[in-house]
Amino acid sequence: MRVLRLKVNGDDLEVAAPDHWTLLEVLRYRLGLTGSKQGCDKGDCGACTVLQDGKPVLSCMTLAGNAQGRAITTIEGLMPAHVASGASGPDPIQSAFDRCGALQCGFCQPGMILSARALLDRNPCPTRPEIRAALAGNLCRCTGYTQIFEAVELAIADSLGVAPAPRSWESR
Amino acid sequence: MGARDQHGVGAPWGDFQVIGKPNRKVDALDKATGAAVYADDIALPGMLHAKTLRSPHPHARIKSIDASAALALPGVLGVITGRDMPIRYGVIPWTPDENALAVDKVRFVGDPVAAVAALDEDTANAALKLIRVEYELLHAYLDPRESLVRHDPRIHEDRKEGNISKHVQLAFGDVDAELAAADLVLEGDYSFHGTTHAPIEPHCAVAQYSADGLLTLWSSTQITHYVQRALALVLELPAQRIRVVQPALGGAFGGKSDPFSLEFSVCKLAQLTGRPVKMLWTREEVFYAHRGRHPMQMHYKSGVSRSGKLLAVDARILIDGGSYSSFGLVTTYYAGQLLTGPYDFKSYRFDSTRVFTNKPPCGPKRGHGSVQPRFAFEVQLDEIAERLALDPIELRRRNFQGSNVRTVNGQRVTSNGFLQCLAEVERASAWKERRGKLGRGRGLGVAGSMYISGTNYPVYPNNMPQAGVQIALERSGRATVFTGGNDIGQGSNSMVAYVVAEELGLALEQVRVVAADTDLCPVDLGAYSSRVTFMVGNAAIDAARKLRAQLIEALAAEWKVEPARVRLAQGRAFDSGDPARSISSSEAIQIAEVRFDTLGSTGSYNTPQLGGDYRGGTIGASPAYSFTAHVAEVAVDEETGRIQVERVWIAHDCGRALNPMIVAGQMEGSAYMGVAEALGEEHGVNRFGLHAGPNLLDYRIPTSMDTPEFHALIVESLDPEGPYGAKEAGEGPLHPSLPAIANAVFDACGIRLRHLPFTPGKVLAALRAQRVEVPKC
Repeated sequence: MRVLRLKVNGDDLEVAAPDHWTLLEVLRYRLGLTGSKQGCDKGDCGACTVLQDGKPVLSCMTLAGNAQGRAITTIEGLMPAHVASGASGPDPIQSAFDRCGALQCGFCQPGMILSARALLDRNPCPTRPEIRAALAGNLCRCTGYTQIFEAVELAIADSLGVAPAPRSWESR
Repeated sequence: MGARDQHGVGAPWGDFQVIGKPNRKVDALDKATGAAVYADDIALPGMLHAKTLRSPHPHARIKSIDASAALALPGVLGVITGRDMPIRYGVIPWTPDENALAVDKVRFVGDPVAAVAALDEDTANAALKLIRVEYELLHAYLDPRESLVRHDPRIHEDRKEGNISKHVQLAFGDVDAELAAADLVLEGDYSFHGTTHAPIEPHCAVAQYSADGLLTLWSSTQITHYVQRALALVLELPAQRIRVVQPALGGAFGGKSDPFSLEFSVCKLAQLTGRPVKMLWTREEVFYAHRGRHPMQMHYKSGVSRSGKLLAVDARILIDGGSYSSFGLVTTYYAGQLLTGPYDFKSYRFDSTRVFTNKPPCGPKRGHGSVQPRFAFEVQLDEIAERLALDPIELRRRNFQGSNVRTVNGQRVTSNGFLQCLAEVERASAWKERRGKLGRGRGLGVAGSMYISGTNYPVYPNNMPQAGVQIALERSGRATVFTGGNDIGQGSNSMVAYVVAEELGLALEQVRVVAADTDLCPVDLGAYSSRVTFMVGNAAIDAARKLRAQLIEALAAEWKVEPARVRLAQGRAFDSGDPARSISSSEAIQIAEVRFDTLGSTGSYNTPQLGGDYRGGTIGASPAYSFTAHVAEVAVDEETGRIQVERVWIAHDCGRALNPMIVAGQMEGSAYMGVAEALGEEHGVNRFGLHAGPNLLDYRIPTSMDTPEFHALIVESLDPEGPYGAKEAGEGPLHPSLPAIANAVFDACGIRLRHLPFTPGKVLAALRAQRVEVPKC
């Protein structure tokens, strides 16, 4: 057991946890931030993805101790950060996923949305192949990914103030 | 009673306000922000963590279990074995052959043997290592062909039929005479290898046993009602003392539609310790729990006339069931019963045998029982088209069964949009211009299918409604809808909200849905057989129309106008004869509350009498069938044998798309899952009974880099009995994926792939054989 000093969603926190616990375990079982999901616990599925200093990492493969001194963002942090920036409502990516039907069971989506957030933060206008590549570490079993790609592209179109391309079921 | 009412396909008034529009899902933002609570997100004060000890042997007798050292470990509060829960159960009550924990015997590697509850997971895992189990090894059956002929030892000792799980033989019309009269008879062997659901959320269950003897289970299940019944049976508690709740569910696809060991174990441990208990399976345990798509070895013989008219189909199917029955009785019927559309044939015979083997038990996976036969048959149709020099789409058109017909096995088909499906994929893929003209290595292939929208066969026979809905209308303007329906990500809670908003003229945000909680909701049988939209949707219409009638009557009296003038729409009530007269739905509800007292209603749905008049004739009998056609475009790398599926056009007749965005998501997700099964996913079990790769790295589910481009083409045939004409969209669109790819590979390079999955090795072998046989190009 050790005391960890973590910065999560902008909050400086102290939390005690067993030495071998991963960041995912500390987030879920100590801090109650259950939005980060455990799908495989071995780095295969990406459901546990969080942002560490803005970059997506697998929290099930990160020892909690090694996350000290880093800024961790979980899915719960996106909307408060968006609101704190003076805007209202959820992060535009969360809203775009909602409006595109990209959430079916939703279990992979916290990780998926954070990977998409990191992509748009470093590349505000990625192409479809760039979106595919950036999300390749996040397995989705429900959607076939099409509506996820459309959601990211809707978020891009919104940020540019242009009309999005027709969605798969709209183009005939 | 409203259960069998026909609601018609139109809007309550004129144009739809909610239905048919790409509305948001009621739970999407909760999921997108991490607020949705899944089973493993539940933490109760004092909660213990439980783990399961599993068999390392595929087939063995348990001689003894000594758990004393585990129980003595500090931090361990309870250990249970099969002796604590000896009553057998099965999701199909006719075949109760499972125990919550093994009693006397284990039947596959991974069969649960004991469970431990401890203060934390580490202690529970340490305790498992201290349990001593003495096994006597038995002969393990790993090849279904052996189980057909060898019955000593028996996997289930009380089965009279030896290692046969189920045998179904049905014949319709004179198959032998039709085959003898046919101009062309084609015969071939096909096989399906076995795949699993792999939802991203592993199974998880939490139980709490209160001081007054109420048992609550939160579980990642898609069959809340059946789990409640199974718990009552095995734990010997009255069902009304048991509450089963399905929290948000992280994917299921049929893999969470049996009662599972962990659900019984946490309940028993909670009773034993007096504390809440959680069990979360590891990914490896999810693979071993399985209930995935059955491996099948299939022989098909079809006879056709010179013009391509199907005269006879004769099928023989061997099904590898794994170690338990699960839904296997139904699977064995479905393998034959669901082939009799969208094509008409005069005679049909199938002989389908499910055997037990010492492997993880198979069960229902998206497109239960019918994806494998559909693959075989649609490839055979392509072979027939080739032999008759017919366009494969034209061959399918010529055999179309039509609408409002009886199939050869006596099933009633009502709406049928299959011809439009064919036309849509033909047009969108530019089939006529491109098929056979893309150059060697590239090709287009077509396939069709049909699937059920629910079944009139509840797993325990009864005449009660299959779906019930209750609505409470509150004076603030809020409707709360209670439904037993399980939202497993397919959007059933949203569907119910759309229906109620439409009927009561409410805005979507005025409707709350409370679902899948046996204490709060009327019974629904669960999310399986693609039944929820059809049955729960109809029940919701039934309940909402009763309230709508009350609102209209009250407002007509209040305004002293004819009831026909009262309109409810978008959160308001108004008088169509006097546009100035308009009030909020909250005010309208208050007027009705004065007249009728507190407002609430119930509604239900049950199927009409359906099915053929023979044993098994109701299995596969559905109030409506959905239809699908795919065209797949592939590129085959003849150096590496790798198939790239580049595009899939999916045309699906879902009756009416209650929300086209959600329907498209189901179509794309289905096709994706089918493509994955065709190209490489394999639930393989090796000669030791071990899973070949029980993790998400070796079990290769496609990533965002691998997934093809999908084009969802919605066809709306408007079913006369579906809610506003709707049928299913969640399972049917998977079926044609596999054969469409096989047929596209034939178009690309002239090789016939009859055995799934289409690995590079099989492609290269077929290409080598082709070079030896017929030099081409």
